[in-house]
Amino acid sequence: MIRFVDVTKRYPNGYEALSGVSFHLEQGEMAFLTGRSGAGKSTLLKLIALIERASTGQVLVGGQNLAKLARRRIPELRRRIGVVFQDHRLLFDRTVYHNVALPLVIAGFTHQETAKRVRAALDKVGLLHREKAYPVTLSGGEQQRVGLARAVVNRPSLLLADEPTGNLDPELSREVFGLFRAFNQVGVTVLVATHDLSLIEELPYRTLTLEEGRLIAGADRPATTEVTP
Amino acid sequence: MSRPFVRLELWILRHLEALFGTLRDLLRRPLASLMTATVIGIALALPTGLYLLLGNLQRIATGWDATPRISLFLHQEVTDEQATRLAASLRGRTGAATVQLITKEEALAEFTNYSGFGDALKALDQNPLPAVLVVQPQSSDPQAAEVLLDKLKSLPEVEQAQLDMAWLKRLHAVMAVGQQAVLVLAGLLGAAVLLVIGNTIRLTIQNRRDEVVVLKLIGGSDAFIRRPFLYTGLWYGLLGGSLALALVHGSIYLLAEPIDRLAILYSSAFRLSGPDTIASLTVLGSGIGLGWVGAWLAVGRHLREIEPS
Ligand SMILES: Nc1ncnc2c1ncn2[C@@H]1O[C@H](COP(=O)(O)OP(=O)(O)OP(=O)(O)O)[C@@H](O)[C@H]1O
Ligand SMILES: [Mg+2]
Repeated sequence: MIRFVDVTKRYPNGYEALSGVSFHLEQGEMAFLTGRSGAGKSTLLKLIALIERASTGQVLVGGQNLAKLARRRIPELRRRIGVVFQDHRLLFDRTVYHNVALPLVIAGFTHQETAKRVRAALDKVGLLHREKAYPVTLSGGEQQRVGLARAVVNRPSLLLADEPTGNLDPELSREVFGLFRAFNQVGVTVLVATHDLSLIEELPYRTLTLEEGRLIAGADRPATTEVTP
Repeated sequence: MSRPFVRLELWILRHLEALFGTLRDLLRRPLASLMTATVIGIALALPTGLYLLLGNLQRIATGWDATPRISLFLHQEVTDEQATRLAASLRGRTGAATVQLITKEEALAEFTNYSGFGDALKALDQNPLPAVLVVQPQSSDPQAAEVLLDKLKSLPEVEQAQLDMAWLKRLHAVMAVGQQAVLVLAGLLGAAVLLVIGNTIRLTIQNRRDEVVVLKLIGGSDAFIRRPFLYTGLWYGLLGGSLALALVHGSIYLLAEPIDRLAILYSSAFRLSGPDTIASLTVLGSGIGLGWVGAWLAVGRHLREIEPS
């Protein structure tokens, strides 16, 4: 599903955020991405959603070489990927309901279908009762869960999450990770960037570890984890 | 229902949503929207008003006898017999439709009748008035009449030749200039409307930068992101066009009474006419078209600049 081949990302200011990163995440696999602040986790996720482009090396998503993807085809790629952003990226002049509905509006669903899916997604993250609220009236953790609902509402085949539990208490974090596992169990490929090492250790998934832009562990899938290819 | 039908229905629905959604956004800031629309309205009203003015002038001009007539004033020495012969020879000439002779006596009689100076003229021992030939050219084209005039002027019997409708020709020339001016003015003000709408849409895009970024992040296509801005431009154009029509009708209303009084003085049945249906639709259509194009230009330039990071 995701393949990095010797990928380097150098930002315009010359800073090299990723250096020679290679790994392969199979379809239906779930993995964590860790590393200290500034190690390049967000950068790696941005390369997958083409928010940034790799300087050298190849990034393939679903067999597609992103370097060869034309600008006008980018929306199509992003619609197949659900992303939970580190800074939520919600629209503050719209209600929770309308924020979550956005991907469906873009995809052109009917009102009835949209309502059904939005409520299901909000129900999953435990925020159905806040559907008419505006994001500013929500806590950081609630905003993060709205972001999660928006990321999964269009049932993407790939789910990327950048620090999805940054603002959550341990119990809620565990619940959110449970949601990721549930999505993974229905076939969604999941990649979660997180600092939450204690939680990772409890769970039987591969962990990719970045250090100053280099992948120092987890490049290969351990034989013990199961995937449905 | 079949699938393509559902698709079409959804497509229409989405456009209607954009149409009314953008109207709602505009009404949320009524003063700012009205100001922009007013600028556009004034810019559209100016060429429309000038165009109507020309149309009305044209109606006045065609109300008058449009066929030119040439008056040939003959030398004093030319006798009535000579004048009759000249008239006969002119009748055979191409270019002249009719030639009417007004002899010295007839001229005197007419003058006595109309001027009231008859007694004064009787005091003179000789008729001071020349014989006059009134020539009506075959063509009503002022240019052809001019050519004929030049030829007749050079006849030895003719002292002075005068094209009676020279002023009409001048009026036509002035109106041709006016028509050109309408076009130039419409072009310039159309460009101004494009700029005003383009700039307004640019500011709208900047204000909604965050929204554009989020829409791009979650896979909104260019067409989807563009749509509300294009409809905003359309609304500005339509509102501006409507205001332009309102301004024009208002001005006509204000001018109607003084013009009526003027017309009575000239014992004319003239009435100021406003824009007809076609002209009104043209104003509205130009507004909508300029709004859409202006928005398109702004969106093309500025949406591309906004990329998520
Ligand atoms: N647009 C940019 N221009 C220049 N440097 C950047 C840019 N974005 C990120 N960086 C740098 O690249 C490095 C990696 O950043 P990145 O956001 O990927 O780290 P991260 O692992 O997600 O950190 P955190 O855990 O704090 O979110 C950082 O040193 C950062 O300063
Ligand atoms: Mg980060």
